[in-house]
Amino acid sequence: MKLIEDANKEAVKRILEGEPKLIDILPAREVLKGLKEKMILHAGPPITWDRMCGPMRGAVAGAIVFEGWAPDLKAAEKLAADGGVEFHPNHHFGAVGPMTGMTTVSMPLFVVENTKFKNRTYCAINEGLGKVMRFGGNDESVLNRLRWLRDVFGPQLAKAIRALGSIDLKSITARGLSMGDELHQRNLACSSVFLREVAPTLARVVDDKEQLAECLAFIAKNDQFFLNLAMPMGKAMTDPAKGIKGSTVVTAMCRNGTDFGIRVSGTGDQWFTAPVEMPEGLYFPGYSEKDANPDMGDSAIVETIGLGGFAMAAAPAVAGFVGAGAPSAAANFTRSMSEIAVGQNPEWTIAAMDFAGVPTGIDVRLVVETGIVPLINTGIAHKEPGVGQVGAGVVKAPMGCFTQAVRAIAKELGVS
Amino acid sequence: MSDEKKSPVQKLLSTEVKVLNVGLEGFVKDLKHCNIDVVHVDWSPPAGGDPAMATLLAKLGV
Repeated sequence: MKLIEDANKEAVKRILEGEPKLIDILPAREVLKGLKEKMILHAGPPITWDRMCGPMRGAVAGAIVFEGWAPDLKAAEKLAADGGVEFHPNHHFGAVGPMTGMTTVSMPLFVVENTKFKNRTYCAINEGLGKVMRFGGNDESVLNRLRWLRDVFGPQLAKAIRALGSIDLKSITARGLSMGDELHQRNLACSSVFLREVAPTLARVVDDKEQLAECLAFIAKNDQFFLNLAMPMGKAMTDPAKGIKGSTVVTAMCRNGTDFGIRVSGTGDQWFTAPVEMPEGLYFPGYSEKDANPDMGDSAIVETIGLGGFAMAAAPAVAGFVGAGAPSAAANFTRSMSEIAVGQNPEWTIAAMDFAGVPTGIDVRLVVETGIVPLINTGIAHKEPGVGQVGAGVVKAPMGCFTQAVRAIAKELGVS
Repeated sequence: MSDEKKSPVQKLLSTEVKVLNVGLEGFVKDLKHCNIDVVHVDWSPPAGGDPAMATLLAKLGV
């Protein structure tokens, strides 16, 4: 159908033309319009407290104590269960967050601007590895790290970013892909390139040597630091592709630990949801699939722009890490994802595939027709609140989201 | 039985078997377990075999 083909070309064109740049770090209350006290933004499509999984509830309780809305975790859970806080998806506020995706008023957020279309997106700073709020962690060590990010790291890195003017995220991504990153489960190269770009300026703007050393070490020790920049980059690139009549291109994929949700260009902000699936992968010593929580996070926005599972061929080591088979089979993932994508990104290429561009623009029609669903590289959280990450793997987007979307587009176009 | 008297199927099975498996992947594992060469083709019916959805997709240009 020509209307759909033209609409999809336009959607992919807008995604590819995006120029996402990191321009600032500011407290959420200053940049998220409508965000108030006692309001918690979470990953995935809308969800209520009674349907939230264990790690999501753990993170919510931690976020409430962090903001001072309750004195301890027990009181925080009661406040949440009694309806004392409002829950909304990050996506409804122009933001994204990995795993549980907690965003509250005082958290410092990366501000990313797509300078081509003048839209902005936001994401909290990656907390590092181990026990962290994004995996449901909520003890004092977790809250103290968040306080340090709010009071020290965020403001200091913000000074460096402002001094630099902006940092081009697209070019860092291109370099990362050529250095073994797929930008979901491996961000080592991009995090290192980011540190190289920002370190000299950070040294100039931070007066206290000890603080400077702490800030540099924090980025250097966190292989996933760049994930929280790749995510708002993804949303900044896909948001301009929303609302193109007839387009069947996916503009967002996310999960909240209970439901998986997608948005499609031609149907604007409507969510199509289905029960989220369990990741299949490898577990850290002492843990197994019995401990695992169903998949969660807004991070599947990176697959939406052709990274993560779609760019597995760029990161053969990740195939082994997430239990997806031999590194030599990594290219099969990318080839398979090409079957459901409208185009390729000529600026993000994969050397191991003769510099083919990453598959870009997931077409819900192709997903349903081929039976090939998007594959997402993901971390695995423990199902109980407060434990944290127990493994990494690959999860399939549920077909139900895509069949619903196809029917909705057909209805929109008067096709039956 | 001499080769001349064998049916085409008997002849096929008395020589080295090479298999092209289309669709269900489970057969591949069993054949490999018997040391038989097998190439798997990942295939499933359009729209998961749902005729109504396949018709709708056709109208939408797929």
